[in-house]
Amino acid sequence: MSAPIFDFVPIWTAILGLGVFLYVLLDGFDLGVGVLYGFAPDLASRNLVMNSVAPIWDGNETWLVLGGLGLLAAFPLAFAVILPAVYFPILVMLLALVFRGVAFEFRYRDVERRGLWDHGFCYGSAVAAFAQGVVLGAFIQGFRVEGRQFVGGSFDFLTPFSVFTGVALVFGYGLLGAGWLVLKTEGDLQQWARRLGRRCLVGVLAAILIVSVWTPLTNADIASRWFSWPHVVFLSPVPIVTALVAYGEWRALAGRAEAWPFAGAIGLFALSYLGVAISLWPMIAPPHITVWQAASSPSTQAFLLIGTLFLLPIILMYTGWSYWVFRGKARSDLGYH
Amino acid sequence: MQLDPVILSRLQFAWVIAWHILLPAFTVGLASFVALLEGLHFATGREIYFRLSSFWTKIFAVSFGMGVVSGVVMPFQFGANWSRFSDATANVLSPLLAYEALMAFFLEAAFLSVLLFGRKLVPRWAHFFAALMVAVGTLFSSFWILAANSWMQTPAGYEIVDGRFFPKSWAEIIFNPSFPYRLAHTVVGFYVTAALVVVGVAAFYLRRERFVAEARTMLSMTLWLLTALAPLQILLGDQQGLNTLAYQPAKLAAIEARWDTVSRAPLTLFAVPDQKAETNRYEIAVPDLGSLILTHDLNGTIRGLKDWPVDQRPPVAIPFFAFRVMVGLGAVFLATVIASLWLRWRGRLFDTDWFLRLCALVSPLGFVAVLAGWITTEVGRQPWTVYGLLRTADSVSPSLSGRDVAVSLIGYAIVYLVMFPSGIALMARIVHAGPSEAAAAPGPIESGRLARPVEALPAEDRTSRQDAARDP
Repeated sequence: MSAPIFDFVPIWTAILGLGVFLYVLLDGFDLGVGVLYGFAPDLASRNLVMNSVAPIWDGNETWLVLGGLGLLAAFPLAFAVILPAVYFPILVMLLALVFRGVAFEFRYRDVERRGLWDHGFCYGSAVAAFAQGVVLGAFIQGFRVEGRQFVGGSFDFLTPFSVFTGVALVFGYGLLGAGWLVLKTEGDLQQWARRLGRRCLVGVLAAILIVSVWTPLTNADIASRWFSWPHVVFLSPVPIVTALVAYGEWRALAGRAEAWPFAGAIGLFALSYLGVAISLWPMIAPPHITVWQAASSPSTQAFLLIGTLFLLPIILMYTGWSYWVFRGKARSDLGYH
Repeated sequence: MQLDPVILSRLQFAWVIAWHILLPAFTVGLASFVALLEGLHFATGREIYFRLSSFWTKIFAVSFGMGVVSGVVMPFQFGANWSRFSDATANVLSPLLAYEALMAFFLEAAFLSVLLFGRKLVPRWAHFFAALMVAVGTLFSSFWILAANSWMQTPAGYEIVDGRFFPKSWAEIIFNPSFPYRLAHTVVGFYVTAALVVVGVAAFYLRRERFVAEARTMLSMTLWLLTALAPLQILLGDQQGLNTLAYQPAKLAAIEARWDTVSRAPLTLFAVPDQKAETNRYEIAVPDLGSLILTHDLNGTIRGLKDWPVDQRPPVAIPFFAFRVMVGLGAVFLATVIASLWLRWRGRLFDTDWFLRLCALVSPLGFVAVLAGWITTEVGRQPWTVYGLLRTADSVSPSLSGRDVAVSLIGYAIVYLVMFPSGIALMARIVHAGPSEAAAAPGPIESGRLARPVEALPAEDRTSRQDAARDP
């Protein structure tokens, strides 16, 4: 299209970046809670663990729909290239989300098959987290494109690297989930969440370290972006801050702080997210399609931007309100009981 | 055997959307019903409304949960299986879909949580407000998704550059020619569907003499609603038919199995269309009535399928039969309403066994009518995804092999065949248990204030948690 009067692409990049990040945090912690659910010691604590996310999971998952549709609306070429390339991980993620989503109601009402829905919730959450991590890995690897279409095979995504990022994200979501549970539970259950949180943290730190070495080794562009002069100076705070946050997170999980474990997990996610963004910017379907090439028409971006700028603050407001209504420790008499 | 990714992708889309549409078909109407009951309870303070609202909210929760998870699947279908369609139409269609998420999904999710779990935590007016917002959300959702669907049927307000659609007028894109008719016909159809379910449940209780007071209230309320909506729906269907005649004449020809262009066309009641031979077998028809009904003019001309090249004709048998199922059920619903008016006038509405049996029988048929209507309009759109402009065969993702799609189709088939029957069984269980009498007292809320305030929680817990809860 002809040159637009105003370049909406940076705004949409920021909005979509924020939307995807919010999804990763919000559904990340409730998927993580689902993963940890499988390790909960008894029925009473399983009930509490589930009640801690019962009122909010469906709002959290809505960010996934917004992320998908936002990508379609703002960067349709990326949507049309990426989704066929990750056909199977997306399929597995969706089917897993079906199981863990219905498990909330079904487990509570279908007492005879509670075991089935318990497994559905736990494995569904874990598999969805793994599949999302595989998508992330495939994204970092990049896609084979000709013209406006993905031309690779449906199993191109499957590499040791993408499987590794899949496992890493399960630990990452587990850490977020543990942070949430420390916040929402007390007593023995909270101690249990702290213990699992520390294990997840070890996994997360190992994953961050390995990905940080692995990616530049296999991708010269990313290596030069981080290690060439003078980038290495500007970017060196990223790993340093990450190390500090990781240390703080360990202290928070081992100590008595109730909010800091969750905040620290968010911090680690923010830094990792930033790291991926720095590595790949301005590619939105690596290695060749930039945000500008993938952008939808200026009229499309403008039309959607008007409503989004108006609606997004309202959404954040009433979503905040619904979180506030359910503030406090998870209670057995609220939610399913 | 060669597996065709186009056919399999179509089957997969049909499978996931056919199951999904059953849930909005139910929850759109049910959300409004729950909001009405909450409003009546709020205004009159009568606890029967509270019991009914709590009861239907439970059923709503199960069906809405299934609607969410089967709905999350939908946008990813566009990209994964229909990437060329996505690439070609995104500039025009994607904001409509994104607005659905922004205006409807978040609203529904946030307020549903308060509706389901918040009765003890918020004042009564806020709980009513939450029910209202969920209902409004379902209607916003219908608005945007049907705007997008209607644009695929009757595209407007676009220009085509290099094989892709670009927006010229957003007003024309949203309010495209078939949109107002489709929106009205679909939403009223959804209300009718939900109302029939309520009628059936009420009849089930009355025949077993359980929850009689609740059942009478439900039956009376919803039959009044159906008295207005069943005839209205037939009028709206007629209007959409006129719209189809004007904008999608090939679809109309398929619906009527009309091969040759004629004026004074007969009304075909039954036939077995033979697409190869371009004729109907075993036809039963009423002379002249077709033109009168379809064009509102006895001498009106209806174009036949032979006016279009073979590769631009939709399949005939599917829309032909699906349409007749839909219209036939519309007539059944109207007859049910007329019977109810007669019995109401005679004062026998609640104790006429054959009528209650009829109510139980028609109870699930709204879903059949919705599916039949949906199949009529979507199969009738073929062989196009964007009517007359973009072929279905050119819409599919080029990288997919038939085997890929076969695997995913089997995956969706298995998971949905586990989930949906389980969900239906759970809802049936809730119906069997009935509105609970134990919940009669409307919670710990007195005169709009919380009797057991949240402030009673340990104070040191609250401050930190509030911050954290807002953080994400």
